[in-house]
Amino acid sequence: MSEFAALVRRDLNLAFRQGGDWANVAAFFALAVILFPFGVGPEPELLSRISAGVLWVAALLAALLSLERLFQSDWEDGSLEALVLMPLPLELQVLAKCLAHWLATGLPLTLIAPLLALVLHFDTAGMGALVLAMLLGTPVLSLIGSVGAALTLGARRGGVLLSLLMLPLYIPVLIFGVAASEAAAMGFTPRPHLLLLAALLAGSLALAPWAAASALRQAME
Amino acid sequence: MMDWQAFFDMGGYARFVWPAYGVAALVLTGLLIWSLGEYRRVKRDLAAREQAMPSRKRARKQARGS
Amino acid sequence: MPRFANPSQFMKLSSYLMPVCGVAAAGFIGVGLYLALFVAPPDYQQGEAVRIMYVHVPSAWMASLVYALVATGSAVGLIWRHPLAHIAAEQAAPLGAGFTLICLVSGSLWGEPMWGTWWVWDARLTSVLVLFFLYLGFIALDNAFDDQERGTRAAAILAIVGVVNLPIIKFSVDWWNTLHQKASVFRMGGPTIAPSLLWPLLVMAVGFLFFFSALLMLRMRSALMHARLRALTFGNP
Repeated sequence: MSEFAALVRRDLNLAFRQGGDWANVAAFFALAVILFPFGVGPEPELLSRISAGVLWVAALLAALLSLERLFQSDWEDGSLEALVLMPLPLELQVLAKCLAHWLATGLPLTLIAPLLALVLHFDTAGMGALVLAMLLGTPVLSLIGSVGAALTLGARRGGVLLSLLMLPLYIPVLIFGVAASEAAAMGFTPRPHLLLLAALLAGSLALAPWAAASALRQAME
Repeated sequence: MMDWQAFFDMGGYARFVWPAYGVAALVLTGLLIWSLGEYRRVKRDLAAREQAMPSRKRARKQARGS
Repeated sequence: MPRFANPSQFMKLSSYLMPVCGVAAAGFIGVGLYLALFVAPPDYQQGEAVRIMYVHVPSAWMASLVYALVATGSAVGLIWRHPLAHIAAEQAAPLGAGFTLICLVSGSLWGEPMWGTWWVWDARLTSVLVLFFLYLGFIALDNAFDDQERGTRAAAILAIVGVVNLPIIKFSVDWWNTLHQKASVFRMGGPTIAPSLLWPLLVMAVGFLFFFSALLMLRMRSALMHARLRALTFGNP
């Protein structure tokens, strides 16, 4: 367990030290959202109607940005092979990296989202559901993303390929995340959508580390 | 006698029905032509490569019944 | 074990199975087209537009079936390392993508007169679109590495991960309120579709299946010959 914590801490240090990925991701998220009123016009009615979708799409794209580097730097300097030799199973190591990734990207996104939601005239009745949905959904993005990142390690044009692979797999998170946020904003219960997001989280917690670890092993063969 | 005009008109839905069949024909024929082209090309290249092998090796290969 | 240690069995088998499937495909599709366009009655609600079904539904069945094959081949290839398994998966994928494309386009052409829209983001259409992207992703990943083995294995993992989409496609019309209609052929209690509509459908479907089989064998033969060519070229007779 201490090895797990150590790995998480190491990745977090890297993320925050390099002036960080986290700042990039948060900045991209904010900028992308802010561009919309300029693009579609500032009418509160219109913005309010698209706010949930815009927030989630922007969060998704922001998460995609940082995924390529999840394993990249370790792979390039050879420390990935060293990690495989650690007593901690590779699946748990992947989980640790996902946790660090989420703490550095998903969590900041979730915390900033309410502020940006106000900018888009998102109905405040839905704020709680929005945050809860993002708390459930952004870890799923990190987990599924780790599978994609592992699969595309060292590929030509890996970044584009990663987006192509991840986007179809991200769509359910997007659908249920937006549904939960909009339902609450309109006064309906977000419960069924939140439950589905929770199911996605449980499922990806179970399956993603295994798939990503297999992919990593293939990459190093 | 077949009313071809009515047949092609497809009850007014001609501009939906015929493109649907058209796309299917196009995609399937395209896949066929592509696959056949690859097949012929590699068959030709392989035959050429095997011809270029020294005759002793070729005889040995044929004896092995590869 | 050399990757293509014994392709000769497959080459022998396919040398006569392939033309048989090809002829059967031509036969079934020919008869199917005749039934679909001339014999089958127009629908009392949809009129002649229902004929799109004879292209849309068989391609939809093939799209899912071929993906199951790709995923199975990938799993067999990764677990048991059978040399032909990966080849089958890799060569089937473009065919599956083609069928999915036909399904999406013909479906769209059917939707506009029937539903009044070219597209709708309901569960069935969305999951089939996801299937299309999974095929594209598989092909892209397979070709993305200088080391072909790496690409093959990465694509195989993706194919297996994407299997979750298949039950979603199948049951989407039951689990969600979809604009797309519910199952009328493959369902508990048997088909609800009228026989005069069912037969052309089945004939076309069988035709598509034979077409796919013939093309798959052709493509696998090409792949095996390619491998042999590479082996010869790099000095390994």
